[in-house]
Amino acid sequence: MTWEEMLPLLWPATVETAQMVGWATLFTAVLGLPLGVALVVFDRDGLRPLPALKSALGFVVNIGRSLPFIVLMIAIIPFTRLVVGTTIGTAAFVVPLTVGAVPFFARLVETALREVGRDVVQAAQAMGASRTAIVRKVLLPEALPGLVAGLTVTVVALVGYSAMAGTLGGGGLGDLAVRYGYQRFETLLMIVTVVLLLVIVQLLQSLGDWVARRLSHK
Amino acid sequence: MIQASGLRKQYGTTVALDGVDLHVREGEIYGVLGQSGAGKSTLLRCVNLLERPTAGTVTVAGQDLTALGDRELNRARQRIGMIHQHFALLSSRTVAGNVAFPLEVMGVPKRERERRVGELLELVGLQGRGKDRPHQLSGGQKQRVGIARALAGNPAVLLSDEATSALDPATTQSILALLKRLNAELGLTILLITHEMNVVKSVCDSVAIMSAGRVEESGAIADLIKTPGSRLTREIFPLPEPAPAGSVTLTFTGDPRQPVVSEVVRKFDVDLSILGGSIEDLAGGSVGRLRVALDGAEAGAALAYLRGTGLIVEVAGETREGRAA
Repeated sequence: MTWEEMLPLLWPATVETAQMVGWATLFTAVLGLPLGVALVVFDRDGLRPLPALKSALGFVVNIGRSLPFIVLMIAIIPFTRLVVGTTIGTAAFVVPLTVGAVPFFARLVETALREVGRDVVQAAQAMGASRTAIVRKVLLPEALPGLVAGLTVTVVALVGYSAMAGTLGGGGLGDLAVRYGYQRFETLLMIVTVVLLLVIVQLLQSLGDWVARRLSHK
Repeated sequence: MIQASGLRKQYGTTVALDGVDLHVREGEIYGVLGQSGAGKSTLLRCVNLLERPTAGTVTVAGQDLTALGDRELNRARQRIGMIHQHFALLSSRTVAGNVAFPLEVMGVPKRERERRVGELLELVGLQGRGKDRPHQLSGGQKQRVGIARALAGNPAVLLSDEATSALDPATTQSILALLKRLNAELGLTILLITHEMNVVKSVCDSVAIMSAGRVEESGAIADLIKTPGSRLTREIFPLPEPAPAGSVTLTFTGDPRQPVVSEVVRKFDVDLSILGGSIEDLAGGSVGRLRVALDGAEAGAALAYLRGTGLIVEVAGETREGRAA
């Protein structure tokens, strides 16, 4: 295969991967952040202890975390059809990607929020701050560098998941690797795909690290 | 100003507070002194209900906090400042942002907040440092930010949770001086807990000594010093305990230059040996404690003379009331 033949394949595949990962990241952040906050707030020694609810949420999160992504993708096909109306194509795979990444990110949010000192939270309570104010003005801003680091790890994981989505008809770089690298023995294209994924992951990680460092004032 | 009665706090089977009464008068600096684990931290946190006591009531500025719902309690807490051992500043905010935090919580408008933050930083001697981050400040400066933040809501009461324990001696003195000044200038009532006698000696008007979840002794320092056998006196003046049998311990307040010792030796046929002693400045005056041994034919008469001088005379081997054995 020549570069002239590869480029028209690589470019759209990269765009598809970016679309899948981009939308999935957005939905994961929107859904995973409140879930992570809930895991901390409803904890036994949280701001609003509701241990039963916390256990239930933790259980659901653990189910999501324990299923291998490829199994999860297949298992929730009916749900995907319900949401998007189809089960193939890039848009359809945003659903399993999000479902797979939300529990992962929620646990990272939980960990980041637990890093916020108890003394700071209690100081806010002593100042008469409501629970909502403590979450919004203390927990989230104080944990922001950790949250950004968690989101970075999640995005990198999503790039990996998206490659698996490619094998089931989601398109993107994973799909390219299966169809050309695996089925047609196009070694050069395979190597280029690998390098491209490496570069994407490196760039995402460096960007995430840089932002987290900028936000940290320790 | 702060009235706690019958406070009990239990964690499972552990009793942290075992029936504590506390009465802090308006405008005074009240110290709670005790070893770690004595329950003083729990006591302080029961005052603004960070810990809800298992039994008992807490009244601050005439309001029974234990009877309030969440919303009212938060409003009451806005009028009770608190400072912390490790400062508890928000690293995500600037110095000015930290001081503004309680004002935001209270819903003070932005312009008013900025004005008030400027005033508060000036009050604690940190004018011009508003844009700094907490990690750029020294420990003493961080605690000044903590104090400015605690005063944002014009509180009637300030609670201090070992506020100087993480600071070096010189910085401790400057923070204590600041607290003393705020107490005098703003009429701020301060309840502080500490394990350092030095803090009590330098700033407190009254003290409660705690151990094992109970208050062992409490009252105005000036009164406790005059109480024979008081634990406070023994702790401030660490003379060897127990005192040798027959030795006489004299506690004197007011002018330390009272020539009682030389008078006794001149007037009576006695030998007087000094076993130990020291003088401290506290509760607005000098207090001294001297332990002596009296020997000789007129030792009894000399002792009677000493008792007549108005000094507090304790004879080892006698009961605390000082009656002759």
